[in-house]
Amino acid sequence: MFKLFNRSDSPSPSSAPSATPAQACEKPNSETLADPSAGDSSGVKGAFSGLRAALRQTRNGLLGQLKTLTADASDKPLDAEALEAFEEALIRADFGVDLAVALAEQARQKGLSARQLKPFLREELMRVLGAVSQSSRFNELSYGDDRLNIYFVVGVNGAGKTTLIGKLAHRFVGHGKRVIIAAGDTFRAAAEEQLGVWAQRAGAELVQTQTNDAAAVVYDALRLAQDGGDVAGSVVIIDTAGRLQNKFNLMEELGKMKRIIDKEAPARHVYEALLVVDATTGQNALSQAKVFAQAVNLTGVALTKLDGSAKGGIAFHIAKAHQLPVKLVGVGEQIDDLKDFDAVAFIDGLLDEEAL
Amino acid sequence: MLETLSDRLQQTLRFGTGKTLTLENMDDALKDVRRALLEADVSLRVVKEFIGRVREKAEGEAVLKSVNPGQQLVKVVHDELVHLLGETYAPLNLDEGSPNIIMMFGLQGSGKTTTSGKLARRLRKAGHNPLMIAADVYRPAAVDQLVALGKQLGIDTFSIAGSTDVQQIARQGLDKAKAEGFSHVIIDTAGRLQVDTDMMAELLLLERSFKPHEKLLVIDAMTGQEAIHVAEAFNTQLSVTGMVLTKLDGDARGGAALSVVSVTGKPIKLVGLSEKMDGLQDFHPDRLAGRILGMGDVVSLVEKAQSAIDEDEAKAIEAKMRKNEFSLEDFMKMQRMLKKLGSLDQILGMLPIPGLTKEMREMVAHGGEGQLKRIEAMINSMTPEERRQPDLIKKSRAQRIARGSGTKPEDVTQFLQMFEMMRAMMGGLTRASDQAKSGDQAGAEASMNKTMHSAMGQLMGKKGKKGKKNKMKGFPGMPGMPGMPGMPGFPSLPGGGKGGGFPFK
Repeated sequence: MFKLFNRSDSPSPSSAPSATPAQACEKPNSETLADPSAGDSSGVKGAFSGLRAALRQTRNGLLGQLKTLTADASDKPLDAEALEAFEEALIRADFGVDLAVALAEQARQKGLSARQLKPFLREELMRVLGAVSQSSRFNELSYGDDRLNIYFVVGVNGAGKTTLIGKLAHRFVGHGKRVIIAAGDTFRAAAEEQLGVWAQRAGAELVQTQTNDAAAVVYDALRLAQDGGDVAGSVVIIDTAGRLQNKFNLMEELGKMKRIIDKEAPARHVYEALLVVDATTGQNALSQAKVFAQAVNLTGVALTKLDGSAKGGIAFHIAKAHQLPVKLVGVGEQIDDLKDFDAVAFIDGLLDEEAL
Repeated sequence: MLETLSDRLQQTLRFGTGKTLTLENMDDALKDVRRALLEADVSLRVVKEFIGRVREKAEGEAVLKSVNPGQQLVKVVHDELVHLLGETYAPLNLDEGSPNIIMMFGLQGSGKTTTSGKLARRLRKAGHNPLMIAADVYRPAAVDQLVALGKQLGIDTFSIAGSTDVQQIARQGLDKAKAEGFSHVIIDTAGRLQVDTDMMAELLLLERSFKPHEKLLVIDAMTGQEAIHVAEAFNTQLSVTGMVLTKLDGDARGGAALSVVSVTGKPIKLVGLSEKMDGLQDFHPDRLAGRILGMGDVVSLVEKAQSAIDEDEAKAIEAKMRKNEFSLEDFMKMQRMLKKLGSLDQILGMLPIPGLTKEMREMVAHGGEGQLKRIEAMINSMTPEERRQPDLIKKSRAQRIARGSGTKPEDVTQFLQMFEMMRAMMGGLTRASDQAKSGDQAGAEASMNKTMHSAMGQLMGKKGKKGKKNKMKGFPGMPGMPGMPGMPGFPSLPGGGKGGGFPFK
């Protein structure tokens, strides 16, 4: 069982603005709305086998070198060459130079031997992802079955917002929830058609507009959700047009949509603003996290396209720089290729050269 | 904000083993280069090769002996980047077939469909008659998207409703193009991962069947370390003919470009710069190089400075500063050198100052240039003697100068006060810099503090005295301290020592 995670009453060192007052006021009843496939008996590896497989490439990249390093069973401190290889392995996986250099430097100062490297890295990465100091809920997508749940999905062009929304809608519908999708991408050609296909597949309602006013779609969706009276457990997912974070006017538009949400949502609601980040993104993801956070009070990250040879290192970099938890992971193009982010499994997946 | 490579190199080299780049401090400097490239998302493997090339060049005497090795090294890096990015420059092959076949492919979300639309528009503008073929049968509504773009642009699009047979779609589209006399076809394919063997096989089949004249890999400018694997895999399997770098209108440094060019040896042919349909441009290696290094167009500024600044004169001026003999004549000489670099607006535009908009730049430059003109007029109204010994200028001389330059006597005194302060500071800074270079850190700091202190003291003291005087003599309406925005056009000095320093940090 998990409870609604409130950033505002967590011990998170978050520098981001705190949750909306509506969220912070009280704990809602809750239930597990995790990945429906979690209960599948897909063997010992369970629900995370998909992610494990997806991370294979990353691990080959990250641990290919660590493996030769850790093969040295002596207790000698790592030499300069080994430390450099360690640093480079992290850089290759998009951990970012700062984090890679810092970790290598720590390893040097502690005089770690090859054998100690993996436990050290595991612990440090857990710390970065908030898996040590935070409750395990840090990475959980908030949901309350006694209130309206609003998921505001933002990101740059081509990050995978629409696909993620389709998968998310599918998950909630699979749990018998009413799902309304607001087609807020009024800019890209055929964006509404694409979302329409996903809504149909998932069995969700779709709210569209005849105008190009994205804020109006948000308004209509929130009204539709509340018109029937009982909103308990209902879900509104808001799609937005992809926008590069340096486009001031487009970021303003997001702010406007956010204000409509604040105004039109019932007093008690769950608000999650998810930044969708393509896992192949490099250092620019940091700038994305920063600017989008300012515009819409981000509550988490959805890391997409983590299948294939994608890396996941950027998740650590975002978590470290902006204290933003990764909450969802997209691992394929099928409608159920959506996983909850599990920091422990993710790190183990990165570091465990057994398995597979 | 990311530090620019120039800033970082200056720090590294400033207090290093000396003011020149040596074989000893080369490693530290190259570490900065490495970091800058990695932060711009150049793949590590490419960075390593690249650093090797830069080291070779830098170890040549040109850099070691240059007057400002930090800037010089940046230039070597920049030139090498341009060289690598542009060496294989080639335009689109547009006139080989009838029709010409252009195939677009890449990862999901890289921007293939949008780029297809833009490319079609561009071709039509060039007088061609393109047809777009919608072969992305997987992503929901991808075909609709291309058709909608076609409608918007007035360009024909071929698609087969409901078909998932990519071969058939391409075949029939091509037949239509031939029958109806289209000059170009653009095949928009589905996004795919380079490790997805089934999907790669689909592309391979298309490639074998239709022998496209252009096989364009579409790459997102924000791609990280993965870029190298993506480009390598697509190129190995499909032997791409060129690449399109998209979303370059964002704020990504775009280092992925270097990775993909260097690993494939294939050129970037186009860049996507906007969501609007006209946002597709030719690729400019020099612009991208500057962007990767996060340095605005500092390099052209360096080059301009090198040609504009007379080294002997710069040396002479510096010597005078050291001895506190810097005169208004020298000031004018310096201004003239700076002017050769271009207008203040132009200079500001070449500097990588975050958040400096065009409007702000023009405003600052406008105020600054007006100020400079007035100052120039004042100096021109002085006798040579006064220029060499500004102390001579008292009330009556100031009045004469004001009349001659169309300014007020207060403006003249004010300018002279600022000049005096500046002169004191420059002398102190030059000495501090000498001490720092000789390794006397404490001495350098002491000199620096003393300089700041005395300069401030001088300003405050003079101000106080003047205020009193004014009061006593009852000057009404003394215009306080009107807008003297620092000393425009007088940036940091050739602190590098041997003259020929550059008028920016």
